[in-house]
Amino acid sequence: MAKVAGDDAVKAETASILAGYPADRSELINILWELQDRFHHIPKAAIPLAAQKMGISQVDVMETITFYHFFTTAHTGEYTVYLNNSITSRMAGFQKIRDAFEKEAGCSFGETDKDGRIGLFETSCIGMCDQEPSALINGMPFGSLTPFSVERLVKGMREGKSVLELMGVGQDLSSDPHKLARFIAPPNIRRKGPVLLGVGYNMGESIRSALKHKPGEIIDLIKNSNLRGMGGAGFPTALKWQFCASAKGDEKYIVCNADEGEPGTFKDRVLLTEWPARVFEGMAAAAYAVGARQGYLYLRAEYRYLTPHLQRTLDELRKENLLGNSILGKSGFDFDISIRLGAGAYVCGEESALLESLEGKRGEPRNRPPFPVVVGFRGKPTVVNNVETFSLVAQIIKYGGTWFNTLGTAKSVGTKILSVSGDCGRPGVYEVEWGRKVEDLLKMFDAGNAKALQIGGPSGKTISARETARKVCFEDLATGGSMIVFGQERSMPDVAQNFIDFFAEESCGACVPCRAGNPILSDLLKTIREGRGLPEHIDQMVEWANMIKASSRCGLGQSSPNSILTSIEKFKDEYMDRIKKERGALIYDFDIKAAMKESCEVTGRTPSSH
Amino acid sequence: MRKKIVATTSLAGCFGCHMSILDIDLRLVDLIELVEFNRSPITDIKKISKRCDIGLIEGGICNDENYHVLKEFRENCEVLVSVGECAIMGGLPALRNNIPIRECFEEAYRNVPTSKSGGGIIPNDDELPIILDRVYPCHELVKIDYFLPGCPPRADLIWETLLALVTSGAELPYELVKYD
Amino acid sequence: MPGQVTFTIDGKECKAQEGQTIVEAARANGIYVPTLCYSKYVENPVGACRSCTVKINGNNGAACINRVQEGMNIQVYTRQLEDMRKAIIEALFVEGNHFCPACEKSGDCELQAAAYRYRIMAPRFPYRFPSRHIDFSPKHLVLEHSRCILCQRCVRKIRTEDGKKVFAYHHRGAKGTVEIDPEIARTMPEELAREAADICPVGCINFKGKGFDRPIGTRKYDKEP
Repeated sequence: MAKVAGDDAVKAETASILAGYPADRSELINILWELQDRFHHIPKAAIPLAAQKMGISQVDVMETITFYHFFTTAHTGEYTVYLNNSITSRMAGFQKIRDAFEKEAGCSFGETDKDGRIGLFETSCIGMCDQEPSALINGMPFGSLTPFSVERLVKGMREGKSVLELMGVGQDLSSDPHKLARFIAPPNIRRKGPVLLGVGYNMGESIRSALKHKPGEIIDLIKNSNLRGMGGAGFPTALKWQFCASAKGDEKYIVCNADEGEPGTFKDRVLLTEWPARVFEGMAAAAYAVGARQGYLYLRAEYRYLTPHLQRTLDELRKENLLGNSILGKSGFDFDISIRLGAGAYVCGEESALLESLEGKRGEPRNRPPFPVVVGFRGKPTVVNNVETFSLVAQIIKYGGTWFNTLGTAKSVGTKILSVSGDCGRPGVYEVEWGRKVEDLLKMFDAGNAKALQIGGPSGKTISARETARKVCFEDLATGGSMIVFGQERSMPDVAQNFIDFFAEESCGACVPCRAGNPILSDLLKTIREGRGLPEHIDQMVEWANMIKASSRCGLGQSSPNSILTSIEKFKDEYMDRIKKERGALIYDFDIKAAMKESCEVTGRTPSSH
Repeated sequence: MRKKIVATTSLAGCFGCHMSILDIDLRLVDLIELVEFNRSPITDIKKISKRCDIGLIEGGICNDENYHVLKEFRENCEVLVSVGECAIMGGLPALRNNIPIRECFEEAYRNVPTSKSGGGIIPNDDELPIILDRVYPCHELVKIDYFLPGCPPRADLIWETLLALVTSGAELPYELVKYD
Repeated sequence: MPGQVTFTIDGKECKAQEGQTIVEAARANGIYVPTLCYSKYVENPVGACRSCTVKINGNNGAACINRVQEGMNIQVYTRQLEDMRKAIIEALFVEGNHFCPACEKSGDCELQAAAYRYRIMAPRFPYRFPSRHIDFSPKHLVLEHSRCILCQRCVRKIRTEDGKKVFAYHHRGAKGTVEIDPEIARTMPEELAREAADICPVGCINFKGKGFDRPIGTRKYDKEP
């Protein structure tokens, strides 16, 4: 058995961890991370102490713990492996890797080996879709896994190697956080565009340009650029800032949403690896425009390994007085940024859920209105934009709105970074002007064998590769940037199953349609895929999917059935192929043998006797 | 008018729903004027002997025999009605649905206070129906046309429904439709 | 009148105080909007069950959390909305284990009443029979989690004297449960426990030693929903 700390030792260590934090619930997730890292789970004995420190009940602390995927109350092993089970991983050989891990570690997924050294678990997309199959081991991503590399990794764990040693990181790399981050997850930039990926960047240029203007002029500048939020919904950025600037409040906040959880996206990983300072400058510009003094980068737990790199970037910015008090000598312009971690919850990418999480609570989306620009973090007006949007802000301020406006289409100006994965020759990130045709994109990705394309991840749309004339832009195919290519040999019902299971797992559970509805859809799809379905089951799926869309409380539920609906619409044949019975059959398919199996085992009888 | 032919059965139920059928009291006499009973505990006919118009199913599906009977009813009845909570959702027998079957057997036959300590055996005679992994609602295995909830369904509800099925449609009053 | 707004519900002109939720405003005008997680005794409506979903100027929204505004056009009783509400209630029945014949709350249960209202004979969705536990540990309460519909009324309403949560939402998705604080459960005053049991719309939070205290026919929802 692993050395499990006794209650007294847990209490002593917890007390010393807690002593380093203020009695502020918004620190709870950071505290829980320290506990999880230290004990490989959150010990029961630590909970009353954390509750006491925060002035809340134990059940309230547990509310936060149980919500997040990476917080556990059971020991997860000294080496905790989280293997990505999203569709891109499955297409790249997930099952082989899963089997290899189980064979080498000698335990099943969902548990630890007998000496508590290695724990095997599954997780959803970790932002390494261009390098699948991938897994997080103690928070560090390992891409392009093979059964052979798994064998080597498990051997290394048994030898007690550090995670960096497992990765093969030498001294030269570990001293340079940027190089290290690049080594851990190579950026894979496939196409440099004119705004973000192909342009030189010098630290401070954006803030210097910004300070030549009055705050209101910054908002006008962004308004003239017609910039829209890059998260997928495309809300005009200037409008958001305008609302926040005019909202009443003694304090205002800028929050950068670095919780790109949509399976298939990893562009923010690249932007944060290559140009983190540019993101922070964008945040500073927003702070200047709306009058905020504090910013937070809400970093998804899967990107925790970037923290040292991001921290060092923040230190550099502070050293150059690009953050801190009286930035670049402008009196009254004080702004600093802290990094706050998520802990594994897709729904926290929704801005109001993100704010809840930032406050140390479970990430349940808020009811809106009021919107975060009026009632945000700690009830104060808050601007939430994502990594790509803030990066664009920095560029627009430097080069001007008009320049940006000339790119793209009428309603989608500028460029978009696409995260491309799946069955294509060139997975990676691409910066393209909005409005590119599907035909061009497929060529660009080297996806000649494509049957279908998932635009915008599981919450987006499935389209057929034959829809070559369609365009990626808000007018036609809006996207947050996830593009997954499916080759001819892929089964679309299987893909849809992976997507709906993802939503069933990630639903916050607050509202009935999403919480109860997605598992129902998942079960029904499974029935069809297993050949037990009736033709009317397909109609039922469509009907129920539309109900979930129409009645769910937040964007997660409202978009969760999108992929099933569009998949059925475009590839109905593949669903019908799985169905053997006529419409209106009176006796349904039922595997009575399977239903008798368990009791026959217990009683020692054979099902054939009846 | 030809008499409608009715078949009834109790699967994983307690016969309470059949008691409720008898509970229509004197109206039974009227009913006999309108329908002819085929397979039913009431007639003691063990097999459906001709095509029936209406089949009433009490109880869910907890073993293989239940399933075969349900199929026999579906194949031979024009209209099939789930009568009572057990037929509709498994009812009390379905309380075991989230307990592993081994635990159920152990509890029922070995650990139960009335069994000899450690001595009881789990019945395994080939004559016995084989228990299924869980109790299934009837409409998840075959098409069910109508549902009469209640534990048991109120006698008046059964009467109104039979009347409606035999003659023409009728609106069921609120007080009759209850789940307990 | 100052602060008064005029709006329509299913074409009928209504008046209400500005700032009232659609549920309150509709009821003030004699129109019932079906609800489950909403209770007039609990502040901070959460919009969890969605059975009060209405069309607000053409868009779907929960009537318990959206507030009436001047000129608002609200639709409550369309065929599509009614079927959606029915489906939501059916989904609740298959999501948990609702053995009505064996439940102390039967006849007084708001979920059951909602199902009676919609004349649900059997849900359109397959039963899931989840494995849920029963918590006997609280001093005055028994929590039957099979019956919980996660309306969060208890989470929102029941607090200790110093404002701490007694109930909280644990886990997420289909695994979601509402749990009671182990410490407070042992020490909470009887009054607070009774309040928790009373606020629970279903038979999840039960006061120990109480149950089946009225015969069938005399309970709250026996005659009308």
